[in-house]
Amino acid sequence: MRYLPHTDNDIQQMLETISVDRIEDLFSGIPSSCRLSRPLDIASAAAESELVVRLQELSGRNASVSDWDAFLGGGSYNHFIPAVVDHLVSRSEFYTAYTPYQPEISQGTLQAIFEFQTLICQLTGMDIANASMYDGASACAEAVLLALRCARKRNKVLLSSALHPQYRETVRTYCRYLQVEIEEIPYTESFATDLETLKGQLDDQVAAVVAGYPNYFGRVEDVAALAEVTHGQGARLITAVAEPLALALFKSPGELGADVVVGEGQSFGIPLSYGGPGIGFFAVKKQDMRALPGRLVGETVDQDGKRGYVLTLATREQHIRRERATSNICSNQGMCTLIVGIYLALHGKQGLRLLAEQNYAKAAYARQRIAQLKGFQVMQGESFNEFVVICSEPAADLRARLEQAQILAGIPLVSDYPEQQRSLLVCVTEQNSREQIDRLVTELAGGAA
Amino acid sequence: MSGTEGRGLVLEEKLLFESSVPGRVGYSLADLDVPNVLPDESLIRSELTGFPELSEVDVIRHYTRLSTWNYGVDSGFYPLGSCTMKYNPKINEKTARMPGFAELHPHSPDSLSQGALELMYELQIALGEVSGFPAITLQPAAGAQGEFAGMLMIRAYHESRGEKRSKVLIPDTAHGTNPASAALCGYDVVPIASDGLLSASAVAEAMSDDVAGLMITNPNTLGLYEQEIIEICRIVHAGGGLVYCDGANLNALMGISRPGDIGIDVMHFNLHKTFSTPHGGGGPGAGPVGVVEALEPFMPIPRVVKVDGGYRLDCDRPQSIGRVKAFAGHFGILVRAYTYILAMGGEGLKRATELAVLNANYVRARLEGVFDLPYKQRSLHEVVFSENNLPNDCHTLDVAKRLIDYGFHPPTIYFPLVIKGALMIEPTETESKQALDEFCDALMAIAKEAQDNPELLKQAPVRAKMRRLDETAAARKPVLRWEA
Repeated sequence: MRYLPHTDNDIQQMLETISVDRIEDLFSGIPSSCRLSRPLDIASAAAESELVVRLQELSGRNASVSDWDAFLGGGSYNHFIPAVVDHLVSRSEFYTAYTPYQPEISQGTLQAIFEFQTLICQLTGMDIANASMYDGASACAEAVLLALRCARKRNKVLLSSALHPQYRETVRTYCRYLQVEIEEIPYTESFATDLETLKGQLDDQVAAVVAGYPNYFGRVEDVAALAEVTHGQGARLITAVAEPLALALFKSPGELGADVVVGEGQSFGIPLSYGGPGIGFFAVKKQDMRALPGRLVGETVDQDGKRGYVLTLATREQHIRRERATSNICSNQGMCTLIVGIYLALHGKQGLRLLAEQNYAKAAYARQRIAQLKGFQVMQGESFNEFVVICSEPAADLRARLEQAQILAGIPLVSDYPEQQRSLLVCVTEQNSREQIDRLVTELAGGAA
Repeated sequence: MSGTEGRGLVLEEKLLFESSVPGRVGYSLADLDVPNVLPDESLIRSELTGFPELSEVDVIRHYTRLSTWNYGVDSGFYPLGSCTMKYNPKINEKTARMPGFAELHPHSPDSLSQGALELMYELQIALGEVSGFPAITLQPAAGAQGEFAGMLMIRAYHESRGEKRSKVLIPDTAHGTNPASAALCGYDVVPIASDGLLSASAVAEAMSDDVAGLMITNPNTLGLYEQEIIEICRIVHAGGGLVYCDGANLNALMGISRPGDIGIDVMHFNLHKTFSTPHGGGGPGAGPVGVVEALEPFMPIPRVVKVDGGYRLDCDRPQSIGRVKAFAGHFGILVRAYTYILAMGGEGLKRATELAVLNANYVRARLEGVFDLPYKQRSLHEVVFSENNLPNDCHTLDVAKRLIDYGFHPPTIYFPLVIKGALMIEPTETESKQALDEFCDALMAIAKEAQDNPELLKQAPVRAKMRRLDETAAARKPVLRWEA
């Protein structure tokens, strides 16, 4: 086997050094009652050429967004990935290393994470960001736990119903056995968190209010107003950002008063890959530094006084604090922090803004054209690259119809919002040409151009 | 090997932000083909203050230079105990990037994701066969999240039977994630002392009707197979509890012993350990979980299920613990693990385990007597030495740092906590006898240096990019981001 370098001669010499006759003897520590007495029922080894055929066959049965006109968002976004990204992350010095436990031989990973932490702070308008979480949903759940930890006597959390449904579900899972009371805040007719109802829901038991920015419907929430009423009751405002490209155009949550900003960084160079791996980012104000979950990289010097980077503030973490740790998380999403860093460095100050403006303009164009169609309405209020279309037929039927034209028209909202039977969540990015948008509009209208 | 020859070129590189030049660009954007409109000015942010401005060449050089300061499995031997740093096959990287996988949107309907779902279903079957569990979820993002999901299932199971149990037993050799995951499920952690191996009598003593279960690692973090595991499981079950197994060390068991056959109720896999997916500089991994039938209703959603004519994602599971993350797991990692299983085959997986155990025992045989070995029982895939024999006030940290000068990644150090100055060595099966010999020679030379010239250890490393870093200063006055 090509991954196993041992020759028979090697094995023989090694067994002699160990003073056993056969490899099987090395397993004598396993009681016979614990042994498997038959071979594993897994097909025999395939040659590389054979597995490529099998994997290509499986891959070929999926709808690649390159082959379809895809208008899908909902927490995972189709953005162009420059060749540089895959080239650099394919350097095995990065991807075959592990967590930088030995900083002297891990400065590449450590400096890249330090830069990532800085980029996330700049983007979100926050003071401190950690080295990443699994994804936006679990980062959101961890943010809720942070708020509960920091507001010891409060045990209530208010989730905007316009927050990504899977983020809400994940928060509920994480809080399942922690005696936390979770309430949802309704959304308005224009698909924003209902501020007036929130005011009535807030009391001195609420530790955190969580809202999307943009929210699941694509609406750009009024974070400043949410922050004001939330802070009025001494609670923390958590904003969860599923499409962080929006932050290159819209005011940052930090600037608007959010206390914790979490989100999903997949938009920044990470392949869609059926939803994972992505990367959760997690940013706070200085006051919450020691309550952060996960890894943190900090600057220091070596014995010669040279600047370098190390994992730091580890006394928050599970390998030291065990059951009293701020989280059970061990590794971060190392490779994905690298991708995000490369992607943001390439686009830079100007490129990211221009890219965000293009997304905005394309979505605005699509929204305006669809709004003109008979039998269709679009969501009111400001959005970024995603918006709700209200159709005259069940959205699931519409989607199925457009599949016939090789168009993935959007996400029917009904499975997460039963009251939204005729609503379709449509996303438009720089990857959708005007021609694609025009074709979508034509097909929505019934196919007759 | 003198340990001083051949020092190479070490390139310096500033932070991205310090290299920024106003007006430089590294992107290309197609011309906007729709009217340019902007949101209301009151909503627009000012510029991205501090964001770098770099050319494509700048970015390539920056990260290429950074990469040269790293040490990966492809650079050399990486015997980090408990982490199973085996070779990451290159074909795995290629298959994960196939367009039908990398460019598949998670909101694609099931009918247009059949290849992905079939892959996941097949992977569930294969993991089930290796572990002996009838049901597998691929959702958890990493080992720690797998533990969390597994412990939530245990709690959900008890509560479904109207039982309010509040404690979880965890041996002192366990990974820190075990108690942290149990605590996240609202459990109180009861540590159990073990003397290398966990005794059934210690478990029996700690067991009560307030105990929800036991979290065990098998083989444990000393590389020892728990001799009384069957009796331990029987005791926990008799007391109404369930047994969780941390699957970090599954590389010692493939084709040899299946946790699901010996009384374990739940176990997570670390695909980045046992199934060769890259460690990525610290993630992303994947932490699937296997369970016995009684726990199947509580598994996280979505579940990949086989139906007439294909596969689908099932979210309609009323007893489920819910979701632990968005979408259906770290799919890109699952493709890599599936590719690996196809490449190895059933016999190959068993062979991997055999050779991993052979390699660890070879290192043990060569170094026993040079370094102190506190637990002398027959060990499997890893071996743990202590710092007890080190002279001249040399410690495990010094040995580890000196190994860097010899060109090796150090083993895991100071874990497990039950051993003074633990040096935890896990070679994995993908290392040749020659690589192991070089490593053992280096450790023997270092032991001699500790005797003759301890300063060489205490000053180490001197041949890496950096010398020892001041971690105390980093924690005392944290600088966690660049600022202008």
